[in-house]
Amino acid sequence: MATRTIVPFGPQHPVLPEPIHLDLVLEDEKVISAIPSIGFIHRGLEKLVEKKDFLEMTYVAERICGICSFIHGQSYCQAIEGVMKIDVPERALYLRTIWGEMSRIHSHLLWLGLFADGFGFESLFMHSWRVREKLLDLIEETTGGRVIFGTAKVGGVRRDMESLTLKRVEDELKIIEKMSHELTDVFKKDSSVKRRTVGKGVLSKEDAITLGAVGPTVRGSGIASDMRKLGYAAYGKISWEPVIETGCDCYARCMVRCRELYQSFDMIYQAMAKIPDGPVDVKVTGNPNGEYFARVEQPRGEVIYYVKGNNTKNLERFRVRTPTFANVPPLVKMLGGCELADVPVIVLTIDPCISCTER
Amino acid sequence: MMVHVEEQSLVVVDKGQIVDKATQMSKEGFRLVQISCLAKDSYEVTYSFDKNYACAHVRVVLPKDNPELPSITGAYFAAFTYENELQDLFGIKVSGLALDFKGKFYKLSVKTPFAPQPQQPAQ
Amino acid sequence: MSQMSIGKVVSRSFLSRPATRLYPFEKRPFYKATRGAVAIDIEKCILCGICQKRCPTAAITVTKATKDWQINRLRCISCGACVDACPKKCLWLENMYSPAVVQKGADDKFHQLDKPGLETTKA
Repeated sequence: MATRTIVPFGPQHPVLPEPIHLDLVLEDEKVISAIPSIGFIHRGLEKLVEKKDFLEMTYVAERICGICSFIHGQSYCQAIEGVMKIDVPERALYLRTIWGEMSRIHSHLLWLGLFADGFGFESLFMHSWRVREKLLDLIEETTGGRVIFGTAKVGGVRRDMESLTLKRVEDELKIIEKMSHELTDVFKKDSSVKRRTVGKGVLSKEDAITLGAVGPTVRGSGIASDMRKLGYAAYGKISWEPVIETGCDCYARCMVRCRELYQSFDMIYQAMAKIPDGPVDVKVTGNPNGEYFARVEQPRGEVIYYVKGNNTKNLERFRVRTPTFANVPPLVKMLGGCELADVPVIVLTIDPCISCTER
Repeated sequence: MMVHVEEQSLVVVDKGQIVDKATQMSKEGFRLVQISCLAKDSYEVTYSFDKNYACAHVRVVLPKDNPELPSITGAYFAAFTYENELQDLFGIKVSGLALDFKGKFYKLSVKTPFAPQPQQPAQ
Repeated sequence: MSQMSIGKVVSRSFLSRPATRLYPFEKRPFYKATRGAVAIDIEKCILCGICQKRCPTAAITVTKATKDWQINRLRCISCGACVDACPKKCLWLENMYSPAVVQKGADDKFHQLDKPGLETTKA
């Protein structure tokens, strides 16, 4: 038996934008097992409900994560709306869908860039981010913020989009879609990309269920699990099917995200065609009383927002379970038996977002 | 008309039954969604499971003093992250963890910050 | 196949202008909707203090006695909660950011002048 070495991976590592620590038990170059530890950036945001009232918490929820900011805000609002049984105007639901999908495209483009960077394809990384920049401009034009959208609000959305803006956004998105095709073609067909991803970090279908994987990680293992199928916002009114790949490896997870890009573009076009006129918010009166688990699909997977109110301005409990938290056990499974050089690539395929995870 | 509220079931079980319940859920093909905790006058630990978009919650209520819970990592290995979180943030002692970080999962300056305040000193 | 499409991208990148800007000489235009620094029309302000109460980061201080409206630019997150709450609509968000600073300074202070006879209407 070869001697075993323990190599620390992180909390600071070139491929990791945020700190997560893994103790890798190696036998020569082979990873036998990995022990994760998190908690370097625990901010205690869940505790903040005791100080902020439930409407102000929207701003906090939006700032839990920089990448899926809008969807965090939306999930929080949906949780409160679920408790208080607020009827959200239909136009607001469509706008939430449009912004939510724009945020998904931006997240996936960012991830594709980071992934390319993870296996050393620098020019592909630059190109992904150049495409993403165009989308960020569009987001700023429609919401006012490049990263923190700031448009989610309990009972609707804070801004409206005029029909002229909608048309312009659609035209711009078509250009971005064309640019993304050139980009995803490389991920799909390039032999050097394939050599770093095909057959690496395998997560079987059974493991994906028992380990509770979510998002592109579980869909890359051939399971159609997408919370948008619950039909919140306008997802129940547009036609789409969850993207699944059956490869179970890093390549499959990458392909899921590539195909989801186009699915998101398509959803936005559909939502823009169907968007009704009307108000975008309703006035919220009273305090939340009761509890609710809201489940929403983020770019990284399913997010759970649990709120419990006791008929006061401050919530009794606010809990967020982010997709990366659920994807840590599958990551540990994927790392067992891989090569040391593949660890960064495999870690990136769950799209780790540690600040979200620790809140 | 537009309010989107999902149908979710909630059952309250005894502390002793949670492992059997989890094993049964696991056999039926449910996925562990999350474990959350509410600490006020008592601890409410809620386990959520999902199968085909149907969400089922199982709740265990624990007393405020010396909260203890058996681990469900035998049925769901993935529960180790949540159970370590319960240990580190709420101070619930979880026995039989498959991967026990012994309070080092989160790096905190305050011990068990989410436990009910003010904290009773250990006797 | 992929060589073809990436080849197209590479040659286009080679021939076209850089994707970046020569910053101090060429500035990025802001959009009309951009959420930037909070601005106030102090003469219209009735010093009611609702903005101070609504501010999630407690960046705004209103002193009725000295007729002062103060904002800590480094605390402000440009969320626009004060703008939505203002009963006189004398607050708005500029579409540009407050200038960068090298150290934390005093709050930006706006003082309402005493104008006998022209006093702002009481709501």
